[in-house]
Order: sequence, then C-alpha cells, then structure tokens
Amino acid sequence: MKLTDLPDSRGHFGPYGGIFVAETLMAALEELRVEYDKARNDPAFMAEFEYELKHYVGRPSPVYHAKRLSEQYGGAQIYLKREDLNHTGAHKINNTIGQALLARRMGKKRVIAETGAGQHGVASATVAARYGMECVVYMGAEDVARQSPNVFRMKLLGATVVPVSSGSKTLKDALNEAMRDWVTNVESTFYILGTAAGPHPYPMLVRDFQCVIGRECLTQMPELTGRQPDAVVACVGGGSNAIGIFHPYIPYDGVRLIGVEAGGSGVESGKHAAPLNAGTPGVLHGFRSYLMQDENGQIIETHSISAGLDYPGVGPEHSYLKDVGRAEYVAINDDEAMAAFHDLCRLEGIIPALESSHAVAHAKKLAPTMNKDQIILVNLSGRGDKDINTVAKVSGITL
Amino acid sequence: MSRIGQTFTALKAQNKKALIPFITAGYPGKGLTVPLMHVLVEAGADIIELGVPFSDPMADGPVIQRASEVALANKVGLRDVLAMTAEFRKTNTTTPVVLMGYANPVEHMGYETFALAAKEAGVDGVLTVDIPPEESAGVSDVFKAHGLDPIFLLSPTTPESRVEQVAAAAGGFIYYVSLKGVTGSASLDTAEVAEKLAMVRRHCSLPVGVGFGIRDAATAEAVARIADAVVVGSRIISEIETAPEGECVNRVRHLVAELRRGVNAASK
Repeated sequence: MKLTDLPDSRGHFGPYGGIFVAETLMAALEELRVEYDKARNDPAFMAEFEYELKHYVGRPSPVYHAKRLSEQYGGAQIYLKREDLNHTGAHKINNTIGQALLARRMGKKRVIAETGAGQHGVASATVAARYGMECVVYMGAEDVARQSPNVFRMKLLGATVVPVSSGSKTLKDALNEAMRDWVTNVESTFYILGTAAGPHPYPMLVRDFQCVIGRECLTQMPELTGRQPDAVVACVGGGSNAIGIFHPYIPYDGVRLIGVEAGGSGVESGKHAAPLNAGTPGVLHGFRSYLMQDENGQIIETHSISAGLDYPGVGPEHSYLKDVGRAEYVAINDDEAMAAFHDLCRLEGIIPALESSHAVAHAKKLAPTMNKDQIILVNLSGRGDKDINTVAKVSGITL
Repeated sequence: MSRIGQTFTALKAQNKKALIPFITAGYPGKGLTVPLMHVLVEAGADIIELGVPFSDPMADGPVIQRASEVALANKVGLRDVLAMTAEFRKTNTTTPVVLMGYANPVEHMGYETFALAAKEAGVDGVLTVDIPPEESAGVSDVFKAHGLDPIFLLSPTTPESRVEQVAAAAGGFIYYVSLKGVTGSASLDTAEVAEKLAMVRRHCSLPVGVGFGIRDAATAEAVARIADAVVVGSRIISEIETAPEGECVNRVRHLVAELRRGVNAASK
C-alpha cells in the first residue's frame, strides 16, 4: 500500500492506529466512519467546508519569508506558514470546522472536546457558537491554571470548561474524561477530537481536514520561491499541524519532513514529551503508537513548557512515517524553544505559540547546516498571546 | 473445559446463578488483595474479577479510577497481579480468576509472554476493556491456545449484527454492560436489559454476565433473574473506600454475603 493511501479500511498505518476502545463506543465510531466517508464524497459538504475556511477562518493563510530571522540564523532561508493568522489564532480551527459540519450532518446538538493549551478548546467553542451547539470542554486542572486567558475565552464563547483533576491533570487526563463523557452520552454527543490521534477514523479525518495547510504550501512555495522547500519543519504533540503540512509533501521525495517533539528539560533527563525520540509502541486512547511508558506499561508523566505538546503519545501516522523513514523526528528543549520564541518576537514582530517555537528552534539548528539558497518551511501553527503568562513567569516577571 | 466453563455448568446443574465480584489488585493495600480474594469466595463469590491497575482507565468512573491510582501508588503492576493470583491458588484451586484491565500493560509484557505467565499463575480468563474483537486477532487466539478464556463486552449500543462476531472471539462468558457510561454509573433498567439479553442469546451460546449499576441484594436478585451471572465492581470498591481503618475485610464480607442472598433469591 502506498504511504499516501493509508490508513487501511480499519484505520491501520502499518502496525499503528486501529480502534482500541470499549465496546460501547464501537457503534459510534462506525457511524462516524460511514458518515465521514459519505461527507468527503459529497461535493456540497466539501464546498461548505471550503467556504467556511475562506470566509470564516480567513484562508489561505500566507507564507512569509522571515528574512531577518534567516539572516540572524545564517544559512537556509526560513519561510513561515502563518497558521497563527487564522481566526482563533491557530491551525486547530481547520479541524473543528470540519468536525462541527460532520456533527451537524449527523444531527448531534452537543459537542465535547479535550484541550491542552486551550487552542483546540477555543476552536471547538468557536464553532459550537457558530453552528448553535452546546459545548463542553475538558481541560486538565494544571492546564486550566497555566492557560487562563484561553479558559476565559472559551467561557465567553458560551462553552462549559470542566477542569480534570485525575492523573497528571494535563491533556491525557482531559482526553480520558472526554472519552468517559462520550461513552455516557454517545447518542446525543459528537466528540470533536483535537489532534490526529485517537481511534479510527479520527487520525484520518483530522489529517484530511488539516491537509489544507500543506496543499496551500504546494501552490504558495513555487509562487514565492519558484520551487518546493528543501525541508518542512513542524512541532509534534499529537501531531495534527505536522501531519497537515507533511502529508501533501509525502510524494515529494526531495523534501525532508522533520517533526519536532517537546524535549522539556532534555530527553536524557527523562522529563520531556518526546515519545518518537524516547518512547516505545503501545496502546493508549484508542490507538497504537509510540508512547511514553514505564517497565509495567503504565503511562508516565510528561514535561514541557508548552501545554499543547505535553502529551505522552503521538498520532499513529507519525509513528509509521518514522518507522519507514519518510519523516524524521527530533526534540527541542524548553530553553531552546524559549530562545526561538524571543528571536521571532524581536526579529520579525511575530509572537509565536510556545508549541510553534519548538519548530522555529529546530530551524535555528538546521539553517546554518544548509546553503543560503536552500529553503526551510516552518509551520507556525499558532500565535503566542495565550503564552505570555508562562513566558513572563519563566522570565521572573509578574504581570 | 476451562475452570470458568466448569463453574457455570456446575451452577446450572444446581439451578443457581453466578456472583462475580470485582476488586482492584493492590487496593487498598498490596498485602490485602489475596486475603480479600479468599473472603470474596467465603462470602459467596463463584468467580473473582481482579482489576489490573492502569494509569489511564478510560472506561472507569471515579471510584475505580481512585482505586487504580492508590494501587499504582502502592507500586502494583501486572507482574504483581500475577503473583497475587499464584498466591491465591496455593489454597484455592477451584474458583476461577478473571483479570480485567486495559491493553497496554499486557501489550508491553507481550501477549505470548503474558499468556504463559498468566496460565502458570492460575488465571482463567482475561478481559482487556479496550481490545474489541476487531483488534483481537492474534490476541484471543494466543489466549485460547494457552487455555485462557478471552472475555468480551457487549453493550446497549452493540448492534445485533455484531453480537455473533463478538461471541465468536469470546470464551468463558460474555459480559453485558447494562448501561451506557463508565463503571459506577446510575441504576439500571432490568426490563430493558432483559430484552437485550434475549437478543444476545439468539446469537451466543456462552453464559451471559451482567454488570454496571448493581448495588444491593435487590438489584442483584433482579439481574440474576435474567442473566447467568451478576458482576459487581464499583459498589465493592466504595465499601472498601468508606470502611473505617481495619474494617474493610469485614465490610466486604458482609456486602458480598448480602449480594449472594440476592442472587440466590432469584433461584427460588
């Protein structure tokens, strides 16, 4: 099977992916699979999705040549795919619009979502308001504390935010709680999953909705530079922004695809969120993929300055792209991401999300190893307004 | 015939229904699990369901989640659960033990390695909540090859068209989850469950146990009238959680005896 034809009919990317959920959810996932299959072959559905992306989100998002940053880093030219300019400030909205349209098509009036940094929660609350649906967002109690502006934003949009205090009180626990809600209210509720992970068909449909990012780049890069980039770099938590920009580039053999995981205090310290760099395959949250786990198969706590990357698993397609060698995965530590954050603020007048700062930080390492006429395309997946409290705290400043 | 099959056959011959209590291994303390297992049997358990603690118990409500967290804090993992079963088997060779948990600890150990070790320890059945029949190819077969019964769930949302597929992968008994939701959810509607069980029995010859929402002798009796087995989990864990220091074994003994009376009342 060709890489671009995956997953198979039951959601497998090689040994990864699949459907690992309790029986109660099986029928709902099958219903979703069937309905999505109809929707993506329905010109009216796709036309409405594209209309919303253009007029509500503001797509296409521009590609921007970060000249001063490129000059500072030395070497390859760095271009930024400006997903931070989307409505709600991140790539997450591409997916939530797609899923909300599916929910409406399936007659579901209530949507639920999990969120880490709050970007997916905000994007879910936004589309719920836009389409007149009830919205409940599950968020780890620790993330509620460190992402308070997004919590308030969700409330302004009419959503109910439920802090989750079990386990490590972060994204993985929010996902557990959203699954528990779904299992209880499965007939009335649509679960808007925020990343290209979870049980089939989520990794596939989230990827498909996010692929608009890479497809636009395929057109924009030749217009701007006369050719495709030498490398595409994106941060990877669950991996939706990365798969969205990688996937359309898979057939382009000359384009290196580089995913950047959260190295936290350093992969060697054990305090990180880099399962592709330091994990082993396992089953969590409905799918098989690389995971951070201990010798008993228990999921271990992750560490990252960026709430959106603070997740012990990764989308199954990334695990497969790693194994077959089509994509490379590296890790960037908290302090490297912080430095890149400040670089982009000062040199380009762009405040990036801490998640996206990891991708910029890798470009900082990669660019000097390349020639001045080579091109790195960085997916700037979100803007950093939500992170100013975290950055201030790290810098020892009280706002 | 497996120990689970023998148990159901023997009960049927006496016109009795099975009582299957659940406890989380390692909760409330590592040393209490084996004594609790013996107490469950003394108080009337026919089969024991032993929960394997997992860090992310997606299908469990708050009560069993808390028990799992305590067990993990007590450093209890899958290998310890197998050791506890082996310890229990030293003095009890008749009561079937079913391990209930999530895929990852078993996947991490390796299905073949686990199956060998589980059989060796005296485990009879394995229920991995998040491995549906669709993903069980190579798992159920490995379990069956080592004489372990793979237990599968059916739920109110399972369409009739799937029941046969689930039954084909299953061994020992089928576990019908009476409610949509997580463990420890609200009370159940026995008329609705009875209707669903009639449908299940048209496609499945295995005994059918019913769990979720059973909390006292009366609900145990009502379920025993329509099912082959009554499974009780969160209610027992709650009893342990709220018991005064040193009282948990006695409290569990009383509760399980009460549930036993309810189950027996259904046979009269």
